[in-house]
Amino acid sequence: MSAAGGPLLEVRGVGKRFGGLQAVHDLSFEMARGEVLGLIGPNGAGKTTVFNLLSGFLAPDRGEVRFAGRSLAGLRPHAVCQLGLVRTFQIVRPFPHLSVLDNVRVGALARRPRMAEARERAHAIIEQVGLGAKARQPAAGLTLAERKRLELARALATEPTLLLLDEVMAGLNPTEIEAMVGLVRSINASGVSILLIEHNMRAVMTLSGRIVVLSFGEMIVEGPPAAVANHPRVIEAYLGEEYVHAPAR
Amino acid sequence: MAVGLTLIFGVMRVVNFAHGDMMVWGMYLAWLLATRAGVDPYVGFVACAAVLFGLGVLIQRLLVDRIVDAPHEMQILLMLGVALVLENGALVAFGPDPQRVRSPLRAATIWLGPVFVDVARLVTFALAMVLTLALYLFLSRTDLGRTMRAAADNAYGALVIGADVRRVYAMAFGIGAACVGAAGALVSPIVPFQPAGGLGLSVASFNIVIIGGMGSLPGAFLGGLLVSVAESLGAVFLSPSMKELVSFSLLILILLFRPAGLFGRAAP
Amino acid sequence: MRWLLLAALTVLLVLPAWINSYAVTVFIFIFFYAFLGQAWNLVGGYAGQLSAGHAAFVGIGAYTSALLSAQAGLTPWVGMLVGGVLAAALGTVVGYLGFRFGLRGFYFVLLTVAFAEVCRIVALNTDAVGGALGFYITFTGNPRQFQFQDNRVYYYVALGLMLAATGIVAAIERRRFGAYLIAIREDEQACEALGVNTFRYKMLAMVVSSFLTGVGGTFYAFYLFSLQPNSVFGIPLSVEIVIRPIVGGAGTVLGPILGSFILSPLAEASRIYFGQGGWSGAHLIAYGLLLIAVVLFLPQGAYPALRRLWVKAGAR
Repeated sequence: MSAAGGPLLEVRGVGKRFGGLQAVHDLSFEMARGEVLGLIGPNGAGKTTVFNLLSGFLAPDRGEVRFAGRSLAGLRPHAVCQLGLVRTFQIVRPFPHLSVLDNVRVGALARRPRMAEARERAHAIIEQVGLGAKARQPAAGLTLAERKRLELARALATEPTLLLLDEVMAGLNPTEIEAMVGLVRSINASGVSILLIEHNMRAVMTLSGRIVVLSFGEMIVEGPPAAVANHPRVIEAYLGEEYVHAPAR
Repeated sequence: MAVGLTLIFGVMRVVNFAHGDMMVWGMYLAWLLATRAGVDPYVGFVACAAVLFGLGVLIQRLLVDRIVDAPHEMQILLMLGVALVLENGALVAFGPDPQRVRSPLRAATIWLGPVFVDVARLVTFALAMVLTLALYLFLSRTDLGRTMRAAADNAYGALVIGADVRRVYAMAFGIGAACVGAAGALVSPIVPFQPAGGLGLSVASFNIVIIGGMGSLPGAFLGGLLVSVAESLGAVFLSPSMKELVSFSLLILILLFRPAGLFGRAAP
Repeated sequence: MRWLLLAALTVLLVLPAWINSYAVTVFIFIFFYAFLGQAWNLVGGYAGQLSAGHAAFVGIGAYTSALLSAQAGLTPWVGMLVGGVLAAALGTVVGYLGFRFGLRGFYFVLLTVAFAEVCRIVALNTDAVGGALGFYITFTGNPRQFQFQDNRVYYYVALGLMLAATGIVAAIERRRFGAYLIAIREDEQACEALGVNTFRYKMLAMVVSSFLTGVGGTFYAFYLFSLQPNSVFGIPLSVEIVIRPIVGGAGTVLGPILGSFILSPLAEASRIYFGQGGWSGAHLIAYGLLLIAVVLFLPQGAYPALRRLWVKAGAR
């Protein structure tokens, strides 16, 4: 499992079709270790489909995904997670009847099969994301912001190398977003590479080292945040052609 | 019979495990009417349908309504409970022995081309076709029918346009139950029935509905035909008691390879 | 709580000395059905895969050990294990088909029912195992043939089975296997995303569950001495198995036991009360009503509700 020098994630010519719709078309990009890569694009661009393809929930019709030098072809999601690539869900899915601790423990068990160890690790992570006070509460009783943290914590507990975050800021108020940005940053600082789908532009621009822009299943632009923000094709994709030549402010 | 079940599922996404037992009650009602009031089941089935309609609405209002959004296991268990109550209620009320209803049409047979056909079965078949057609027209032409189909497609959307969803559900359940009541009555002169048969009929209904496709009316109809033909063939080529084996095997195969059935919509 | 359980256990251990043979029989049924319910609990309660066809495993275990004993002279003490293995084989098939093809909820229920019914029909039509007339075991009272003169020995065997199954379930609940099953019941896809091989764990639960149930089949055979396909493979038996954990608390260790202690006496009482006119089927009306009540008011079963009351009482 090594290629220590090579890119962490390689996506090459990946395509996926649903009936008549080509959801993702000839997508290629790479990620280096330690990077934070932002994946943006208008609604329906195919971003979550990309996550599904990377994490093993869907199989690509075409192309290949390699993680740490290893092909992910044919692997089911749990196997992909075991390799170190874990995803969160856009609409959070906590285990409603289980406590926050037990929720995170399920994630921890992936690497620490012994219950006591897993519990300890879960505790540590809960503290790390700031949910310490709610460890024993059933997940169903949490606020949305707390549930997002829980989702994050659970994924983190599997000790991933690459974390796919699907709209982790969605539905949060500005204060919560600030906090979440700080959290994601600290997670990255601890060595976890991050690929995030986000609609909140400020968050993406702040966090990402590089950004990939998707529109109708195709990559239209790739580059550092500043370059992407002003790129005419990006503006066209989000706002339509009329705005491309609008006067700069 | 199967049409009623698919209606209930299609509109409410609730699986009615008590279906067969409702049918048994339909049969017993027909029997009661025949023996006490001298009403021929081919006429009396209307009354049976009406009574079961009422029963269906009652069950829906009291019980099913509360669990429409509950996890599926709960729905299954609830209906199983209802099935148990109905089946054993029948047991207590009517005793365990098989019954049959006498109808003047029973003994008559006619030649239909090269084949000897039982008049009773012919009438049953014809009436079943008529009723199915009537139901189809109801669903496609009347307001209530269309509302029901809307609710089936998208419960939330139906709410938005002001449909009284609870009432629609009650009607759906009621009509589904009425179908089964009528079915029971129509079949009562042909087949011997007993309380213990309830679960068997439920399973048979499920067989048909799954094969034809849950939530699809034409599917239920065709499924019914398909299963009956398959079972009859099975009875001829294997042995009479093995015919159920055929439909179960068919069920297993369909469950595995095409759970949506031949015409079905999305799985629950 | 621990003390309460120990006390109850002690009482159960010495009880046969003080009660009459009829009462002993009632307890035997309580323990036996609690055992079957506990076995089911693993796949139905913990993993959340409702199986309504567990009677099939009872039947296979029963017929296997009965036939091996009658025709090969194999002692049921070993036959029991063979029966369990064969039942587990069927469990593997059903589980594989169900889980590999992604059958959930209602469809899985139907699959299990279909298999149980197929077994029943096959048994009914196979003369080698007695067909519709059934298979009878001659009573010899020989312990080596898993038969005992004294009812009380059956009592202890049944109690032992119940405790063994409970012990197994409790052990599983404490480990990763159990935690994973519970999580699978909550949200299978989320589990997959967290590295849980849901197929493997569901299969494991199914195999253990069907094995234990198959072992129970031997007890059934050598306690009742007659095997009728409609009884031993039938849906009523599956209902008896399923209803105890559901009423008592599916997915809890004590649920099936509590359920059995509630339901078996209930069944007996209504059998006596309605015995004259309405047939023994009448107790099933009570079952049905109870099931409805549980689903509407106590969806998690009696045990979790009792535990909440206990905690509240303790807090005062």
